[in-house]
Amino acid sequence: MTPILNIQDLTKTYQSTGQTLTVLDNINFSLEEGSTNAIIGPSGSGKTTLLGLCAGLDRSSSGMVELNGIRLDSLNEDARAQVRNQYVGFIFQNFQLLPTLTALENVMVPLELRGEKHIRQQALELLDKVGLADRSHHYPTQLSGGEQQRVSLARAFSNRPKILFADEPTGNLDAETSEKVVKLIFDLNREAGTTLVLVTHDAELAAKTQRIIRMKGGKIIGDDIMG
Amino acid sequence: MDKLNFPWLVQMAWRDSRRNRSRLFLFISSIILGIAALVAIFSFGYNLRQDIDSQAMELIGADLVITSNRPVDPKMLPLLDSLGNRRSKERSFASMILFPKSQGTRLVQIRALEGQFPYYGALETVPKAAAQGFREGQQALVDKTLMLQFDARVGDSIKVGEVTFQIVGILNKAPGQTGISATVAPAVYIPLRFLPQTGLEQKGSRINYLFYYKFDQKTDVKKLVERLEPRLEKEALNTETIETQREDMGRSFKDLTSFLALVGFIALLLGSIGVASAIHVYIREKLRSIAILRCLGVSATQAFLIYVIQILGIGLLGSIIGAVLGTVVQQLLPQVLQDLLPVEITVGISWLAIFQGIGLGLIISLLFALLPLVSIRNVSPLNTLRISLESTSLFRDPLKWAVYALILLFIFGFTYLQTEKWKEAVYFTLGVLVGFLVLAGIAWTLMWAVRRFFPERLGYIWRQGLANLFRPNNQTLILIISIGLGTAFISTLYFVQNILLNQVTLSASENQPNMVLFDIQEGQRQAVAQLTKQQGLPVIQQVPIVTMRIEEINGRTAEDVKEDSTLGVSPRAFQREIRSTFRSALSDSEKIIEGAWQKKVASPNDTIYVSLDDRYAEWIKVKVGDEIVFNVQGALIPTVVGSLREVDWNRIQTNFRVVFPEGVLEAAPQFHVLLTRVGTPQTSARFQQAVVRQFPNISIIDLELILSVMDELLDKIGFVIRFMAAFSIITGLVVLISSVLISKYQRMQESVLLRTLGANRKQIFAITALEYFFLGALAAGTGIVLSLAGSWALAKYSFETTFNPELLPVLVLFIIISSLTVVIGLFNSRAVVNQSPLEVLRAEG
Repeated sequence: MTPILNIQDLTKTYQSTGQTLTVLDNINFSLEEGSTNAIIGPSGSGKTTLLGLCAGLDRSSSGMVELNGIRLDSLNEDARAQVRNQYVGFIFQNFQLLPTLTALENVMVPLELRGEKHIRQQALELLDKVGLADRSHHYPTQLSGGEQQRVSLARAFSNRPKILFADEPTGNLDAETSEKVVKLIFDLNREAGTTLVLVTHDAELAAKTQRIIRMKGGKIIGDDIMG
Repeated sequence: MDKLNFPWLVQMAWRDSRRNRSRLFLFISSIILGIAALVAIFSFGYNLRQDIDSQAMELIGADLVITSNRPVDPKMLPLLDSLGNRRSKERSFASMILFPKSQGTRLVQIRALEGQFPYYGALETVPKAAAQGFREGQQALVDKTLMLQFDARVGDSIKVGEVTFQIVGILNKAPGQTGISATVAPAVYIPLRFLPQTGLEQKGSRINYLFYYKFDQKTDVKKLVERLEPRLEKEALNTETIETQREDMGRSFKDLTSFLALVGFIALLLGSIGVASAIHVYIREKLRSIAILRCLGVSATQAFLIYVIQILGIGLLGSIIGAVLGTVVQQLLPQVLQDLLPVEITVGISWLAIFQGIGLGLIISLLFALLPLVSIRNVSPLNTLRISLESTSLFRDPLKWAVYALILLFIFGFTYLQTEKWKEAVYFTLGVLVGFLVLAGIAWTLMWAVRRFFPERLGYIWRQGLANLFRPNNQTLILIISIGLGTAFISTLYFVQNILLNQVTLSASENQPNMVLFDIQEGQRQAVAQLTKQQGLPVIQQVPIVTMRIEEINGRTAEDVKEDSTLGVSPRAFQREIRSTFRSALSDSEKIIEGAWQKKVASPNDTIYVSLDDRYAEWIKVKVGDEIVFNVQGALIPTVVGSLREVDWNRIQTNFRVVFPEGVLEAAPQFHVLLTRVGTPQTSARFQQAVVRQFPNISIIDLELILSVMDELLDKIGFVIRFMAAFSIITGLVVLISSVLISKYQRMQESVLLRTLGANRKQIFAITALEYFFLGALAAGTGIVLSLAGSWALAKYSFETTFNPELLPVLVLFIIISSLTVVIGLFNSRAVVNQSPLEVLRAEG
């Protein structure tokens, strides 16, 4: 099987008050298409930085990121934006919905960017799947945390991504809501055949994936493929 | 995705603005008044231009006017009498008249007319027939202000020189006369043929000779004038045609409208700075949304354009409202300015002005908004995960510098289009830049100083209030700039008006002469002085005046200079008639700054050293040692510039550009000027009557009259300036309100947190009040200091007078601005103070 994400010798450093701070140190791994994966580690281990680099939100200091066969490190920011729109979906810990757009409009944005047609219908179907068809005209502030995350899920799947990055998707939710959202993520993922990358420090959530990459101090300290 | 997908950008701009429209409108509202001011001025300017074009004929009254300020050489008369199909002659001069009924006297402009002038337009009189009728006999038309002042009626008489004329009509309007010119020197028309009998036409009298011509329609007046000009110029005869009248008036009123436009432009700039700061904060709040959009695949350019479209949309709306308001305001301008203008002003909607205003509004809102907007290109999608470690610095983004350059270029371009003078445009742009930098410098220094010398010992509330001045998201810079500029502008206007009024009232103070008698003939000198003393009045000064022209400078004549501009002699030197005097001592208002003063010329063969006013010397480009030949009414007198004097022109006394030593001009045709001081209006009236009765040729300038005229004039001009300045002042207030509102959004979270932690209403109130007081007081103080410096410079270099600002009104202004800042600050923060923290948090969610 061809890897959807291929990471080689990835390093990220920051210059801070004259000192070099290495946040990611020589990371190597690749993910297979359709697989579910978790990156876990304590705070400050570099997992969010890694996710940012994998998704093309940032540039590495050295090394290679290849997403769906495209070398991200050689692209400029606008070209990477186009890759994100074509192949990547996002779910964030704090939902990151556009506050001035309704739930429906939030879901429509990635499709509008692609210039697709009949997007309203598609977006409504997605909202229906996450159980929010009747809240489509509500603004984010009028929705609860769980509802906002479900809208964000619908948005993440709207452009039919090849790979979905989820950064602590249940970090801001209570246990009951978390469970529902996690179930939705995995159900939708299975249905769409998307590759899932979960960044979390919740071992229980990570255990639901096929592969767990453990990080500490900017390095991979374990890579377990589950049965 | 490669394409910008413009329709989607517009849709996103619309959606994104949803919860911010009223705020965006508030931001842009600060340019509305600036646009309104400019549209009003532009419309007024265009209408005025049209009115001048259409009324130029009535303003000049003839196809061609030839004028001279000395008697015309008899050899020119055949030419002057042969031009045109119809012709009129006029002699015009200042003289005293006497109303025998009331015994009132007044300095007026006598216009002795022969022929059927005006050929276009009319002398508007009551009764109407008097405009023609007065020419038939010993009759006069008298200006309506004079008639009112002396309670005179048609049928009464006036005495002009030795002749009594019957008033046959009240003059309401004459070609080219404005409300103001009628106040300064009201006109009295008499038939020319009675002028010799009045005895006012004496040698040395300052009379203007005018020849009016009407041509048939086939004659090309312009070509004719071009052909005649060399001959006429040689004899110091000037020409005016309808066309030159149109150009001259157009030019001088363009100066007026461009001055007013610049005053309006300052209001617009002030508003634009407000826009820039508001958008800056707005974009900072939008960082998260921009980062999300970037995550979802929106390119940097697209994200940038979404907000550009928003600004353009709201800028267009603001500009349209401004243009509508300006069109309404324009209806008021003619009423404000009518007395200053010689034409009937029509009020019409000027689409050109409206489009210019809207265009200007769009450009300026975009330009100033671009400063914060360019940072959008650098917003990383990584901000969705965390706030970027590497913040973009202003100094690293070359595009921001490009925007600053564009703004300066725009200010310069606009000013240049208004004034059409490079120098003035550069000065204006630099002035704006320096004002801005000084205020910004002060704000930065303040923030640094407060942080550096932070008074740790003060109570919590004071510390919190002070700390707000320099903490992240502070509004110190923008508030100090906008409030400071606004204050500086308001107080400068106040100071300048005071300087002008002081200059006049200073002259009216004790011991200064307040009455000037001129046109005293050589033979009347002793008798007038005696009469003055008889009336118990002092003869403060009595000086001879000799009129002359410059014939040659260092051997070059006017013609030489005209042909060769590289000679280093200014052609201006030959144009003017010079009123000179001769004496052996300096007066107390002048001092020698270069060369040596010659008291007397002992023998006719000695070199004559004249003394020149230093600024006049600079103007005509001569220095000590240069040779000047003066033409004293026909006699050529060679002289050498012996000294330069610094002259205080603000004193009410006779000052001279050129002073001769004794022993040269004693025998030249001359008249004398006498300065005295009268006490009460009754003494003044009695003295004037005595002089006019005994010496009808002598003219009297009563300073009280000049003062009242100046007062009226300044009042009218002051009103126009205040009217325009009001736009800036209100704009300053709008900027203040929007700045405070913006900071409210920033402070909301903090104040809520403080309240959550247990701060009570009083404490929040005190912290907010203190912060805005510091800001308001510092901004107002800085603005006032700036305007003191500016007004001092204006007083010293432009008005050449001393600057003694009254401190009480300044203090009042300071208190008003500081309190206003506090009140607006508190009013807009009341939500934080009055509501429960939870409510605020929910609302802001």
